[in-house]
Amino acid sequence: MTIDETTADAPTTWTGHLRRRFFGTFPPEKLLPETQPEYVTSWIYVFGVATIAALIFIIGSGLVLTLQGPLWYHSSSLGHFVNSTHLWSVELFFLFMVVHLWGKFWMAAWRGRRAATWITGGICFLTSVGTAFTGYVMQTNFDAQWIATQAKDGLNSVGIGAWFNVLNLGQMLLFHVALLPLVLGGIVVWHVLLVRKHGVVPPIDAIDPSDATVEGAAS
Amino acid sequence: MKNDLASRPWKGAEREYDLLKELVIALAVVGALVLALSFAFGSPDDKSITLQSWAKAAPSDFVATAASELGGTSGTAGYGPPYNSASDGQVIGPINLQKLGGVRIPIDAAAVFVTTPLAKVSTDPAVTTAMSQWTGASADQQAKWAGDYGDAITKAPDGDYTKVATGDYGPVPAMTAALLASAQQGSLDGVLGNQGHFFDTNYTDSLLFIADGTYLEDQARAQHLGGDQWGMMNETGSYPGQSWLWLYTFWYQVEPFSSSGNADALVWGLMMLLTLGFVIVPFIPVVRSVPRWIPVHRLIWRDYYKAHPR
Repeated sequence: MTIDETTADAPTTWTGHLRRRFFGTFPPEKLLPETQPEYVTSWIYVFGVATIAALIFIIGSGLVLTLQGPLWYHSSSLGHFVNSTHLWSVELFFLFMVVHLWGKFWMAAWRGRRAATWITGGICFLTSVGTAFTGYVMQTNFDAQWIATQAKDGLNSVGIGAWFNVLNLGQMLLFHVALLPLVLGGIVVWHVLLVRKHGVVPPIDAIDPSDATVEGAAS
Repeated sequence: MKNDLASRPWKGAEREYDLLKELVIALAVVGALVLALSFAFGSPDDKSITLQSWAKAAPSDFVATAASELGGTSGTAGYGPPYNSASDGQVIGPINLQKLGGVRIPIDAAAVFVTTPLAKVSTDPAVTTAMSQWTGASADQQAKWAGDYGDAITKAPDGDYTKVATGDYGPVPAMTAALLASAQQGSLDGVLGNQGHFFDTNYTDSLLFIADGTYLEDQARAQHLGGDQWGMMNETGSYPGQSWLWLYTFWYQVEPFSSSGNADALVWGLMMLLTLGFVIVPFIPVVRSVPRWIPVHRLIWRDYYKAHPR
């Protein structure tokens, strides 16, 4: 028996346990499949990946904005344009995500032990709302002043404002560019892994393909 | 058995599906849309209001606000947690989460907004004398001076602080006028709220002071950003803003929230409940069955149902 065979059968290290667990749950053909069930044909499926594409543009434009700091876009036409791409990426991101969410609702996509996929998707939406909100209050312009001074009342009324002070630019800036993107990124990865793990939910009242009689009659 | 099928790996027919190609195409299309929208519409960026611009544009509002801070009648002075204990704050029935949050950002409105910055910026002996008179007076006397002066400004022609009726306002007119002068010169912006640090990224004090006046709100309402104008989800100009906050903003437009003194807490409480419901939809009877009853899924999977009729 070789060392490889021994570790493959029964890992003795933490690393080995992690590898077996991960690749046992996500074998390459499951993580990056080349086929999907026959029912994956609707346009509604596009909105999930469109949301991720918009998120990539949000992160990219946000990273460019961080290069010159939060005040750059006030005085630079290039900075203002990059800020515009950041804004419109966010608008499209939410548009795609809301369509994606409604699509998943009408598909009852939580069926078949997929509740965690729905829940992580819901948390993605909520975290995105929070991340976008911190972006609005750190714009260092009139909008930021008004939104922050109005929003503080809601947050204060339930005790959150005592810790999450929307009038504190430094705190909001760091929430927006570091903390919340990390949390959101982590949940998005988790959500996508769950989709890959459980596969795309079959249609409501789908005919069981293993039932040869019914399937044969149907086709 | 239907749930069993959904929980098992799909054993039926498959079709080629290139996830990477789909992502690349999505990036190209979304990228084109982002660029097109950015070129066509840009983004809003109205200049922020400074203490100087406020003091120059609406001096009477500035002076009246400063008087209300001295008299303890401003929004911040009577706010409650997290700024002070002047009130208990908003409640949801018997629950007071605002009070539970505690006074974690303590603000003595008169000191933070008026007397401390005034002591830093003014070298005028007359102001020093006025400050001494203020400091030496009782709290009741201070409140009476400031209250009377605030009322006098309200009753003055056009609300003009320079046209107030003669009265005993103590040192308040001198102090507020000195604060106004320093604000108009631009020296107050760097002083108010400054905790003595060289660097500062916290504008809590300045923003609370500006928000205690009416000038900020007047500018916002002119841009249709008032609370009763769906303001929380909008931004300046004709931009979509935070349209995803439509439901949160909606509650502020309708009774009983629109006229409640606890509107913020009630709307937040309701939204937290609805948010929880949204996240746990898979476990809520009736709601989780709606997609089965309203057959939108027949449209989504129409190709499948057509190929596999019952």
